[in-house]
Amino acid sequence: MLIKDSQQLLQAQKKYQSNLDKQSKKVMICFGTGCVANGAEKIADAFKEGLDKKKIKGFTIEAIKETGCHGFCEQGPLVIIEPEGIFYTKVKPRDVEAIIEKSIEGNEVVEKLLFTNPEDGKKTRCYNDVAFFAHQQRIALRNLGKLDVRAIKDYIAADGYQALAKVLSKMTPDEVIEEITKSGLRGRGGGGFPAGRKWRTCRDVPSDVHYVVCNGDEGDPGAFMDRSIMEGDPHAVLEGMLIAAYAVGAKLGYVYCREEYPLAIQRLRNAIEQAREAGLLGKNILGKDFSFDIRISQGAGAFVCGESSALMKSVAGEVGEPRAKYVRSVIKGLYDQPTVLNNVETYVNVPLIIHKGADWYRSIGTPKSTGTKVFSLVGKVRNTGLIEVPMGITLRQIIFDIGGGIIDGRPFKAVQTGGPSGGCLPAEKLDLQVDFDTLTEAGSMMGSGGMIVMDDRTCVVDVAKYFLQFLVDESCGKCVPCREGLYQLHALAVKITEGLGTEEDLEKMEKLSETIVSGSLCGLGTSGPNPFLSTLRYFRDEYMAHIRDKKCPAGVCRALIRYDINEKCNGCMACISACAVHAITGEKGKVHLINQEACTKCGACFAVCQHDAIDVV
Amino acid sequence: MSQEFSKIPELIDRYPRSSESVIMILQEIQREYHYLPPEGIKQTAEALEIPLTKVYSIASFYKSLSLKPKGENVIRVCEGTACHIRGAKLIREQIETKLGIKAGETTPDGKFSLEVVACVGACAMAPVVIVNDKYHGSVRVSNAKKLVKVK
Repeated sequence: MLIKDSQQLLQAQKKYQSNLDKQSKKVMICFGTGCVANGAEKIADAFKEGLDKKKIKGFTIEAIKETGCHGFCEQGPLVIIEPEGIFYTKVKPRDVEAIIEKSIEGNEVVEKLLFTNPEDGKKTRCYNDVAFFAHQQRIALRNLGKLDVRAIKDYIAADGYQALAKVLSKMTPDEVIEEITKSGLRGRGGGGFPAGRKWRTCRDVPSDVHYVVCNGDEGDPGAFMDRSIMEGDPHAVLEGMLIAAYAVGAKLGYVYCREEYPLAIQRLRNAIEQAREAGLLGKNILGKDFSFDIRISQGAGAFVCGESSALMKSVAGEVGEPRAKYVRSVIKGLYDQPTVLNNVETYVNVPLIIHKGADWYRSIGTPKSTGTKVFSLVGKVRNTGLIEVPMGITLRQIIFDIGGGIIDGRPFKAVQTGGPSGGCLPAEKLDLQVDFDTLTEAGSMMGSGGMIVMDDRTCVVDVAKYFLQFLVDESCGKCVPCREGLYQLHALAVKITEGLGTEEDLEKMEKLSETIVSGSLCGLGTSGPNPFLSTLRYFRDEYMAHIRDKKCPAGVCRALIRYDINEKCNGCMACISACAVHAITGEKGKVHLINQEACTKCGACFAVCQHDAIDVV
Repeated sequence: MSQEFSKIPELIDRYPRSSESVIMILQEIQREYHYLPPEGIKQTAEALEIPLTKVYSIASFYKSLSLKPKGENVIRVCEGTACHIRGAKLIREQIETKLGIKAGETTPDGKFSLEVVACVGACAMAPVVIVNDKYHGSVRVSNAKKLVKVK
């Protein structure tokens, strides 16, 4: 089906919407990576089979939708029955029959599958009443969970590609850039550079060829916003890129997606095919003098390729090493041509800004950080998942109101934002506003949106060591301060976690950090010491406990702890079978004993013990 | 060319003859053979008309490309931040004990390879282990060993 102009697009929208309206009910099954892993495909099959047999009036098989990620992956597989929005969690194929009977044929609910609020133990009937969703404001995630990821029709019905039609028929490229600049949209990949300004610079470079590239190389461990968006709303990514292409005068674009996201790649491929068939990619789009096509480029497991110049080299099929940016990549980027590189989340904001206007967008968030931000709220927090909140919200609101607080009611210790370039913020910073500038001032950064919550059983020295190890592995090796500096920094962190560190080591680490920050070429190095520096800034006592008292207060660093079995042991033998080195002895029903000489302090016994019978000393 | 690698030209043909395709072709070859045989690298260089040394440097730079043969079954333990603080290391050690190899190694019989990956973006289900492309979330120390399964 070819859509020739904006008039036809509008007709298509009406037709597809009325088709959707004909369905009395819709079954929205989450098909994000998380829910698929938990068996969403089998659930979809069970629905198809079950509903095929029943032949319910006003309900056809098209009403079973495979949707994008709702973000509440921990409760998956998720099934939502529209229009009411009945919210079912942890659905199993054998539950499907009951759902069909009660909620599709009838208007009741299957009580046991409803979400239980961890705070008061009450069941919640509808999606919007769950605290996890109620405090969110979804712009970038607007379509996730609302439409079928396989169907361009659903996207068009939801006003998809209308913003493209608007810019092509009613706006000049300069007006588009003006609107984006006015909206205050800043790059969601981490740096927070104003998108409008970037587009302006790119457009103003005189060249026959301009490129638009989408950074889907979400490398920060602990972050999965872009994966969910690419999987759940691929057409919105394409539409954002199309608008950018029109604004800067590009004819070709690339989505650079990491290999670890096979589902995202598959869905993007499918969306690109559909858009080409509909004439929304290709020559003379919507009958206008505007041609643009998109290719997919796959990463191959190199974190540094999230950096702009390295990414562009990787797209061109080269080794992804960053270059010195005396000339920025927006001026001399892919194949040395002017290139706009924005992150996935940035692009999906664009259609809505065009659609609803810059003033509407500015009304959300703070004056300097407008709009919303998607975070992946993970770690030791009760409700883990993907959330979208207005900028300016506090960390406390995110972690406690949306996240429901810490698992097992343990004390909050720190929250890590910004991935390996970011930092850890302690409890006294919980009331900090979340926006680009405030987080940077506090010694962390917004980054791409990973938010990892830590409790008192997380050792910050271990976390710093973890990130340093990550960066040592991922450093491309081009410049010495990063390659050797991070290596030494990591070695000193290891020394401290082994109880061999001295106060001089800390001084050395601080000095070394300065050198790495000032002497490295790209962001990997210049921000590399941040996880160490921020933990030292807020948790110096914990470093000192490792150095002076030879203790790890969180009970994590193996050289500084020992495990003991207490009298609560009922002799269940679970720890005995978990112990890899056979250091635990005992018989069934009798208190077990750990042989300290053989014990490697791996903590497997502690993790498997259900009776609180193992102490970390 | 030995019979064993007869599929390589077909794999290369799936992509346009452009240097932009090199990484994706190498990934395709690796999917087929579980590593990059020298023959595959050589043919890729010839087909795309880029120097052999350059293809080698790409093959050795990118982490997911392997010059060493991998096992028939690949177990990947995610050690992203979210998995790390929820005990991924313990899970990895359990699997290491079960297989008798360390992460990054392959069992002598060629059945299993164990890898550590830096984040697969399934953080809400941490800790995560991927066995032959199937994701397992919220893995516990007590059931980690059971994930060691052949295809």
